[in-house]
Amino acid sequence: MSGPNLIERLKRGHGRYISGQNLEAIDPWIEVTPEGLPEVCRYLRDEPELRFDFLSCISGVDYFEKDPKKAEKTGWKPHMEVVYHLWSTVHRRSLVVKVLLPRWKDDEPGQLPEVPTVSDIWSTANWHEREVYDLSGVRFTGHPGLRRILCPEDWVGHPLRRDYEMPLEYHGIRGR
Amino acid sequence: MATVDDPRIIEFDVRTDEMLVNMGPQHPSTHGVLRLVLRTDGEVVSEVVPHIGYLHRCAEKIGENLTPRQWIPYTDRMDYLAGMNMNLGWALTVEKLMNLQVPEKGRHLRVIIAEMNRIASHLVGMGAYGLDLGTFSPFLYAFREREKILDLFEEACGARLTYSYLTVGGATADLPRGWLQKCEGFLDQFLPVIDECHALLTTNSIFVKRAAGIGYLSPAMAIDYGCTGPVLRGSGVDQDLRRDGEACYTSMYDGYAFEIIVEKNGHYPQDHKYPAIPPEAVLGDCWHRFYVRMLEVRQSIDLVRQAIDRYSTATGSYGEPVKLTEKLPKGEAYLETEAPRGQMGFYIVSDGSSIPWRARARSSCFCNLSVAHELCRGALIADIPAIVGSLDIVMGEIDR
Repeated sequence: MSGPNLIERLKRGHGRYISGQNLEAIDPWIEVTPEGLPEVCRYLRDEPELRFDFLSCISGVDYFEKDPKKAEKTGWKPHMEVVYHLWSTVHRRSLVVKVLLPRWKDDEPGQLPEVPTVSDIWSTANWHEREVYDLSGVRFTGHPGLRRILCPEDWVGHPLRRDYEMPLEYHGIRGR
Repeated sequence: MATVDDPRIIEFDVRTDEMLVNMGPQHPSTHGVLRLVLRTDGEVVSEVVPHIGYLHRCAEKIGENLTPRQWIPYTDRMDYLAGMNMNLGWALTVEKLMNLQVPEKGRHLRVIIAEMNRIASHLVGMGAYGLDLGTFSPFLYAFREREKILDLFEEACGARLTYSYLTVGGATADLPRGWLQKCEGFLDQFLPVIDECHALLTTNSIFVKRAAGIGYLSPAMAIDYGCTGPVLRGSGVDQDLRRDGEACYTSMYDGYAFEIIVEKNGHYPQDHKYPAIPPEAVLGDCWHRFYVRMLEVRQSIDLVRQAIDRYSTATGSYGEPVKLTEKLPKGEAYLETEAPRGQMGFYIVSDGSSIPWRARARSSCFCNLSVAHELCRGALIADIPAIVGSLDIVMGEIDR
């Protein structure tokens, strides 16, 4: 099923959850609202003509420019993107699903934005979501064990955030 | 397979208290600094929790501060046993974003180099797996041969482990004069060594007893956990990105004749002169994962031979690298390539400057290891190294 067809079908069933799309991009993507993500993902995995049964990767991308002068030219408002790269082992096709989140929940710095987990749909997501939580600072609600995976458990902050400050000291080790 | 339910293993009066056992981070059979916390009851493991991150070097954060060509050396240090394949994965991703095609000669050069590195990587995988199971000599055989490949690489690019040879736009240099003859010479003398390795391990009855029927991974579970490479094909799933991947990757192998190494109807392709599958082995167990790797070595030899023929008749440039500070087009691209340990994915987001906004690496071993707790449940402690070793993980790639 080609891009426009897929979008049409998705919109018929789950139109209220599809908030954007770009089928001309190098990797065509659709944008899904956070609350509709589990339902859309389940549909993408189970629908016989789609069968996106393989989750390749989850990445967190922080859109935030520290420099106010540069920020004016960027053309986007500060936000957080969680990008899901899907692959169908049956039809050998790929699809990108994006979820746009505020950088902080309720615009309150320190409160991590939330998105429902998909670890019950693809088990790959379990570790990948832990990694995105650890490095990019996104809370996956309903995740069976959301804890840091690459950084130590007592690490402060999320390093792949653009406004992350390297700690000066960690257990007696000089940071800078 | 020995499990809790096996009455031969558990005697009735030895049910003991549960005990937590730490395996690693400095355990000889965990392939780097991996820590496994085992919940055991006597000899039987009821739960395995892997702890990773000991080798985390913030590669993705560094990637946000360097141009793509400057990040190439950091990709070397991810899967340090297959640096060339990592270079290639990142280079192709950036080329996909820039819509750049490598000249024909450069394409064949990349096949030669990538497949040679696959051989070297699988040799370590094979040798180290032997070590995990307690036999030392296959390791020496494997490293003797790998050393010859490293010598060839050293001649081509000056480095033996972290090459940074394949880069955005092609390669940093052409192959030196006389290299192809040496490479062919190596392949000729290497072919009989594979039979020795099969005799040492594949058909060795002790090895078969240790690996066959252990750590069964079903195809559905392999897909669910995102397992790739020999781990996925060892479970009988017919997927290899060299054939099934995106056009910008598979075009590298256009016109090459090769068959995906996966079991169909009870036998593998190319099995005409290779040892038969032992009756104890079940599709999806440790033995099959190992066997797929061994057959892929043979497959890579054929591919290198074809590539040498094509490379020597191709004319034109081998592919000059792009400028170090070449501006990237605005946009994003994701590409997975078939590295020796599975599908290595790179994701680049660009805002139009020469430095990517985001550089992401999807590690194949990361996903392959995440299934370990399922494979180890109910196994004996002595089988844990056999199971984890059969996944052939490299911690540098998992922790990045």
